[in-house]
Amino acid sequence: MRLELQQITKQFPGVLANDRISISVDKGQVLGLLGENGAGKTTLMNILSGLYRPDSGKILIDGKERIFRDPAQAIDAGIGMVHQHFMLVPVFDVTESVVLGNEPTKGPLGSFDRATARAQVAELSKKHGLHVDPDAKIESLPVGVRQRVEILKALYRKSDILVLDEPSAVLTPQETEELFDIIRGLAKGGTSVIFITHKLNEVIAVADKITVLRRGAVAGETTPAKATASILAEMMVGREVQLTVSRSKSHVAEAVLEVKGLNVLNDAGALAVNDASFEVRSGEILAVAGVQGNGQTELVEALTGLRLIDSGSVILEKKPLPAGSPREIATAGVAHIPEDRNRDGMVKGMTVAENYILNTYHLPPYSKRGVLDRKAIAAATEKAVKDFDVRTPSIHTDIASLSGGNQQKVIVAREFSRNVRLVIAAQPTRGLDVGSIEYIHKRIVEQRDAGAAVLIVSTELDEVLALGDRVAVMYEGRIVGILDAKDATRERVGLLMGGITK
Amino acid sequence: MSTLKQFWLKVRVPALSISVALLIGALFLVFTDIEVLGMLLSDPLGALALGFGRAASSYSALFRGAFGDPANFGKALASGDVQLWARALRPIVESVVASVPLIFVGLGVSIAFRTGIFNIGGAGQFTMGAVGGAIAALVFGAGVVPAPIAILLVMIFGLLGGALWAFLPGLLKARVGASEVITTIMLNFIASQLVFFLVSNVEFIQKPPRIQPVSKELSQFVDLPGILPIASLRLDIGIIVALLTAVAVSWFLFRSTRGFELRAAGLNIAAAKYAGMGASTSIITAMLISGAISGLGGALVAVGTVKQLSPGIAGSVGFTAIAIALVGGTRPSGVVATALVFGLLQHGGSLMQVETSIPIEMLLFIQALVIAFIAAPELTLGILKNPFRRRQAKVTK
Repeated sequence: MRLELQQITKQFPGVLANDRISISVDKGQVLGLLGENGAGKTTLMNILSGLYRPDSGKILIDGKERIFRDPAQAIDAGIGMVHQHFMLVPVFDVTESVVLGNEPTKGPLGSFDRATARAQVAELSKKHGLHVDPDAKIESLPVGVRQRVEILKALYRKSDILVLDEPSAVLTPQETEELFDIIRGLAKGGTSVIFITHKLNEVIAVADKITVLRRGAVAGETTPAKATASILAEMMVGREVQLTVSRSKSHVAEAVLEVKGLNVLNDAGALAVNDASFEVRSGEILAVAGVQGNGQTELVEALTGLRLIDSGSVILEKKPLPAGSPREIATAGVAHIPEDRNRDGMVKGMTVAENYILNTYHLPPYSKRGVLDRKAIAAATEKAVKDFDVRTPSIHTDIASLSGGNQQKVIVAREFSRNVRLVIAAQPTRGLDVGSIEYIHKRIVEQRDAGAAVLIVSTELDEVLALGDRVAVMYEGRIVGILDAKDATRERVGLLMGGITK
Repeated sequence: MSTLKQFWLKVRVPALSISVALLIGALFLVFTDIEVLGMLLSDPLGALALGFGRAASSYSALFRGAFGDPANFGKALASGDVQLWARALRPIVESVVASVPLIFVGLGVSIAFRTGIFNIGGAGQFTMGAVGGAIAALVFGAGVVPAPIAILLVMIFGLLGGALWAFLPGLLKARVGASEVITTIMLNFIASQLVFFLVSNVEFIQKPPRIQPVSKELSQFVDLPGILPIASLRLDIGIIVALLTAVAVSWFLFRSTRGFELRAAGLNIAAAKYAGMGASTSIITAMLISGAISGLGGALVAVGTVKQLSPGIAGSVGFTAIAIALVGGTRPSGVVATALVFGLLQHGGSLMQVETSIPIEMLLFIQALVIAFIAAPELTLGILKNPFRRRQAKVTK
């Protein structure tokens, strides 16, 4: 089927999310839809899947105009969505998950025909080379396979157009390669694929045609043959971008953080960090790679006082870490850029200035005898906003109304405003535009050059390889390897991320 | 943006909510009038005229009950007689009197809400403050200590009573995670039953000859000074203390270090923990202050306005105050303004009940509508939208 979106416009209060966007994908073609967060990709796909109605513009399938009033109509028209966050029931098996909502039935009571369902799923999986066991329980499957179950779900509903929203966010590089093979296979079989991503290399690898969105409008169209990563980045951002972090050789000195035999439990009481040992030295960046959910979150929480340590020792600057006390840890010279900035890093509903003093509000000059000194707070924030190039109408603006990049700059400015000996940055650039990523990377490297020890945790392999002087890889709670930057190739780190240590 | 526009952006939702609620209340009055319904088929126009006429006279009574009768003001102006002035001013003064407990409890629960704690024990804390105030009056009043000191002690005991009643749920929530919604509701019942016990079993408190479950006349022990030149109008220093409390709460929330912690914890508890703020401390502090303010109100109302302690002293203050806190956006200025509006509605409603036999529950209906509209700001603002505007914009594009 050929899908065409013509002049789609969607206005939200205060934002023109889609401004006369036109895209098209032919039968058996893979369209790479590239854009930063906030470029309008998600809105466009929500329109395509029937969640939103466009203010104006048309959706054409094989040249005929279609109007989707709800997601069911979009599915009927052959559009299948694979969301970034999987919608699967953990205790179901693959067959049940795939047919859920469209179960084959038998008998007068319309009871569930499991045998037919199983056969259908097995056949579909074989036909498209997905290699999914129809009897496996979802909870026992690795993330990459769960994603294929989602794809099966769409195919089972006879989708001719498959939309994949940031599909590689949760995959290891090897799993991503497998996904690309599946996508190529589907396209060969006549399925049209829309592949949404912000990763430049991926569209070049898999797409037949690339459409770049910027600020709600189409910034350009090209093909992988004509495009390079830097051309695409420029289209995406609207200016020339430096894709690699320039940094000099580091001057490595004494260990600032020494972790030995660290065990940390997750909320369910299971071992999330298992016997982790490593050190981070002054003047170096240790980057921790790993697929999301392999204990990195718990590791960072334990090191920053948000989670208790089960056993093991953590030495910060020759003294035991004041575990469980974020305030004491911060006072001891640790800057923490949290993984989830919306949840931990800032208080929406408070101003930029209030967020800037969020963990120093109780100290002079901001607080004197229990009273906030507004002048001192304003002066310090004004300076930080200028130094860190935070784009905000005023320091008294609610931080919630800033863009993600500017919010993160406020957080980074706040954390770097203290005397910093150790930087712990978890996913410091997640969801940010290329310009902000560039800026925040530069600031982190500056801290390293000034002699701080830096621990970066990231699931983006590009980020890990770009920043790490050494690269540690976490898999199922363990540190499965620590490599020097010169040995840390994409392949080696990728294999370690999948738990393959040989 | 001009100051006027900023002000409008702040008040447009509450203002619209109140107006629309009154409008719906009027329709409700029209279409529940049995005579109107009876005539509706045979003489629809006449029925509507009758219905809206009656609704208009109800609201007229509501208005006169709330603000006073313009005719009385005319007479008072013409003669200058103190008695006539008292009569003209009494409705508006009584409306303000009715809003005093609402201001206190509204401010009290607002502090808790700001911290993310749903303290719905305003009634219990108010009641326990009344107990504290009454006991202080009975012990220290009637010349035991000089009058100003007795008044001060009444206020302090009120603060302590309310703080104690809020401290318990705060401690339970901070230590064992007990839901404050449940514990504060339960403590509301306990408070009023405790008052019942005190005023029917304790000779020191109960009014002789000990038949009714009410306390001795508190004004015989401590009398709060009035603030109006006409002695028969009962507006005492309670309203002054209420307004000062609002200023103090505002200062505390927005200028003090502790207030900063409470607001951060209320908006995002995870970020507050990340920033090293102690969640338990915030919860207990907020509850102590919240209860103390409600308790202060209880003491001043028991000693000054009601002049007696009785089990039902809190009335519906607890519920109404929650509404006021939400309508006022948990901002002290908003709470004061809303409490005044609700005070006007309450006192106006009592005249409406007398004149038109429309029960005062009608006002609860209108209050509930106000809350519903406030809770759905998008819906309420939708009323303002011009339905043609959107289409025009499309054409011009």
